[in-house]
Amino acid sequence: MIKKFDKKDEESGSGSNPFQHLEKSAVLQEARIFNETPINPRRCLHILTKIIYLLNQGEHFGTTEATEAFFAMTRLFQSNDQTLRRMCYLTIKEMANISEDVIIVTSSLTKDMTGKEDVYRGPAIRALCRITDTTMLQAIERYMKQAIVDKVPSVSSSALVSSLHMVKMSFDVVKRWVNEAQEAASSDNIMVQYHALGLLYHLRKNDRLAVTKMLNKFTKSGLKSPFAYCMMIRIASKLLEETEGGHDSPLFDFIESCLRNKHEMVVYEAASAIVHMPNCTARELAPAVSVLQLFCSSPKAALRYAAVRTLNKVAMKHPSAVTACNLDLENLITDSNRSIATLAITTLLKTGSESSVDRLMKQISSFVSEISDEFKVVVVQAISALCQKYPRKHSVMMNFLSNMLRDDGGFEYKRAIVDCIISIIEENPESKETGLAHLCEFIEDCEHTVLATKILHLLGKEGPRTPTPSKYIRFIFNRVVLESEAVRAAAVSALAKFGAQNDDLLPSVLVLMKRCMMDSDDEVRDRATFYMNVLQQKQKALNAAYIFNGLSVSVPGLEKSLHQYTLEPSEKPFDMKTVPLATAPITEQKTEIAPVATSKLPEKLAPCRQDIYQEQLAAIPEFQALGPLFKSSEPVQLTEAETEYVVRCIKHAFTNHMIFQFDCTNTLNDQLLQRVLVQMEPSEAYEVLNYVPAPSLPYSQPGSCYSLVRLPEDDPTAVSCTFSCTMKYLVRDCDPNTGEPDDDGYDDEYVLEDLEVTVADHIQKVLKPNFGAAWDEIGDDNEKEETFALATVRTLDEAVNNIISFLGMQPCERSDKVPENKNSHVLFLAGVFRGGHDVLVRARLALADGVTMQVTVRSTDENVVDVILASVG
Amino acid sequence: MDSAAVEPSLYTVKAVFILDNDGNRLLSKYYDPELYPSMKEQKNFETNIFNKTHKADNEISFLEGMTIVYKSSIDLFFYVVGSAQENELMLMAVLNCLFESLSQMLRKNVEKRTLLDNMDGVFLVVDEIIDGGVILESDPQQVIEKVNYRADDNPLSEQSVAQHITEKLALTSNVLQSAKEQIKWSILK
Repeated sequence: MIKKFDKKDEESGSGSNPFQHLEKSAVLQEARIFNETPINPRRCLHILTKIIYLLNQGEHFGTTEATEAFFAMTRLFQSNDQTLRRMCYLTIKEMANISEDVIIVTSSLTKDMTGKEDVYRGPAIRALCRITDTTMLQAIERYMKQAIVDKVPSVSSSALVSSLHMVKMSFDVVKRWVNEAQEAASSDNIMVQYHALGLLYHLRKNDRLAVTKMLNKFTKSGLKSPFAYCMMIRIASKLLEETEGGHDSPLFDFIESCLRNKHEMVVYEAASAIVHMPNCTARELAPAVSVLQLFCSSPKAALRYAAVRTLNKVAMKHPSAVTACNLDLENLITDSNRSIATLAITTLLKTGSESSVDRLMKQISSFVSEISDEFKVVVVQAISALCQKYPRKHSVMMNFLSNMLRDDGGFEYKRAIVDCIISIIEENPESKETGLAHLCEFIEDCEHTVLATKILHLLGKEGPRTPTPSKYIRFIFNRVVLESEAVRAAAVSALAKFGAQNDDLLPSVLVLMKRCMMDSDDEVRDRATFYMNVLQQKQKALNAAYIFNGLSVSVPGLEKSLHQYTLEPSEKPFDMKTVPLATAPITEQKTEIAPVATSKLPEKLAPCRQDIYQEQLAAIPEFQALGPLFKSSEPVQLTEAETEYVVRCIKHAFTNHMIFQFDCTNTLNDQLLQRVLVQMEPSEAYEVLNYVPAPSLPYSQPGSCYSLVRLPEDDPTAVSCTFSCTMKYLVRDCDPNTGEPDDDGYDDEYVLEDLEVTVADHIQKVLKPNFGAAWDEIGDDNEKEETFALATVRTLDEAVNNIISFLGMQPCERSDKVPENKNSHVLFLAGVFRGGHDVLVRARLALADGVTMQVTVRSTDENVVDVILASVG
Repeated sequence: MDSAAVEPSLYTVKAVFILDNDGNRLLSKYYDPELYPSMKEQKNFETNIFNKTHKADNEISFLEGMTIVYKSSIDLFFYVVGSAQENELMLMAVLNCLFESLSQMLRKNVEKRTLLDNMDGVFLVVDEIIDGGVILESDPQQVIEKVNYRADDNPLSEQSVAQHITEKLALTSNVLQSAKEQIKWSILK
């Protein structure tokens, strides 16, 4: 590289980079001339530039050498050369972290900051604040206050911005400068306004009232700076979001009025703020969309980009609002900036009619190789959304996707395509075979283990149920021969599923299994041996339990239980029922496809919610003897949103008990609550055993208190109950500013809304990938059947959703989706009842006048069947 | 990422850098310590951006989860980086201010050679436009006034000539020295 450069230099004659071959040690040597008298400003300037250049290139300076150079540099303050002085400030800032004792320049900088030379003052303030800590800051506080209100804009701006940087470190000191900042905000200079507004907001952002007041003041006085307007729009939309204020509020009016601002920057910021507001109606969106439409034909690429990107977001939620812009978007398809073109096409795919899909897809495939991976993912997401909207177009999409799959691309991109194909397969049964064929082709040459295993798993699930399962065996077995351990293991599991489901394939699968038992990897061998033995039994129940529907326990929970078991060895065999169940993955809403940004953060493997609760509850001594946590409900609000105290409840079910966790937040800044507990009066035979109060509840810091309740033992079918709840506590008034409470307080109480416990709180969702096999496995020993008429329900969809949310069970085999234009439907639900009893429900629905429903329940426990049927009735 | 939940803040600019036409860094500043903390990551990022942008003058792009606005001039590339949620026009204002200020300072000769000859001025201009990620000034005229920097008319300044001569002199004295040594040895033999 360097050589090539040299050659070019020779050719161009004049040598092109004077800094090209700088040696750190040589430059530091040269820095000795800083000590010469008289100072030669030109040469010193050149050397300082070299030092800063080296630092900028990432050259590492040791502490000693940096300190030496730094101290030499301080001598240059004797010179009055302007540029040299300015470069000294820069050096100070650059070296602040690598040199020692940088504070020795404090007095020189303080002198410059208060001196007569306006050119020095601003930069000196910024350099000074860079090397100042909290204690030192108090020493220069007086100067900072003066500087903030200085009439020279650059001084004021510098002081404000430096204060803003200091807020993180010394909030308490900077807080005292609010009045000065307030004064600066009314300055005539636009940048000073902007910086003052920013500082004021950062100082007050925890006090919603103060922010609202500030905003009111500035919206009336009318600032001049477009930057300040953008900032105000952001503050206003944040306030709107927090207060959930209606769109008739003055804040919304302010944002809307900014759509008529003369600066494009402000207009765009306002439009973008409106677009991003939750629950915006089409009427409110219209003015924002029309300014964005204007921007689409701007000569500035950045503006076109901004506009089409925002329209793309609108199209996700309100496609109809964007249809008016279709013509403008069409013009952008051929934009020379491919990012703009891609966004335009994906927006059109969302808003356009079904007939335009083919044309747009052709257009986009002409340049898909030119765009970056980030935008390719956007394209794939758009296609995925499109497939849901126009299921009939799946063949076009599938072709396009398979072409994209063959192209080069990173992992994120490939994963997006594979996910998209999988979702198409799940949505459209008729596309299953083509989709699986594309995926089979893909895994033939796939470098990503994660994707290969995922696809193999899918093949195992879907393959056996296709008309010709045998053709997939070859693809799967090729993986066993060619791939890494993880993929081989996944392939073995997939093979086993073919063997279990298709009797005529079983002999061949067994032969292949036998070969897998000779594998060099332990995991692969173990799996093969295990499946071999299960398959040879030729029993449907075994197949169902061990091949189709795997373990449904939570893995961290299992790990913990096993560890516990090995610590206390006992005669009893390990009981799987004591292990907490995995919370069924909540099926993601496909409509909420992330916009352009694919987040850069690595995905964290967060422990699931229930494991966290389990940990928290186990830490409380009163709750230790209850056994494993069975299920935690979603939080239920027990107060209105805008009340003095906000309380929500999470219901935790255990084998014979329930714990109610009340998360309370105190929104009064002049009160401190202590010994907070929620008293509960049950309507049924439930018995409240114990209250664990929250010791103290300061302003805006959430705290939790708990109530422990025993479930009625004599009547196992009593599952639902209503509790009336009252929050009791000791109030101590306190100073809103300091939080210092009064010495004595008084008892008070606050009535909460009633809390319902329903059958859903006792059932954990479990996904059975193969419902039929599970149904046979449980058998009809405890089967009961009843017919109900749901008179109030008008559609099958509504009925299905009602049943699912009422029973809190997991729909299987995608039976929660009712095909269009059908009069009957079968819903399969699976779950585990408190105590570890499997329960399966089959509901046949027929639509006539109302909906008639025939419910069949199977379970390993008779009582459970009764409970379910009783609660449905 | 979700949209509206952006904390209102003055910290608009995540990074700014100037590269030459081989993608080498001439100047770069990162203002968010969480974004590419190490030099290696920074240079990777710059190379990546350069490879994706230097062919077409497209003004704006979206890479690695960042909004990037850029501009090229002869053999130089100027980049301003902001978060995905940032107002693109604000970033554009920063880029334009940077470019206009440099263009005025370098008397419209915005090319690598002139830029490097006036590197001290370039550092000062960037320092006046952005302070720790906050836009300090957006008007090029103001920036030029504040920096008050005079570009060299003659790139081969007296001082660099002087330097050149000293280096040459040092070299000759070295040669002389070694010649003396050699003679001494040959005599001693």
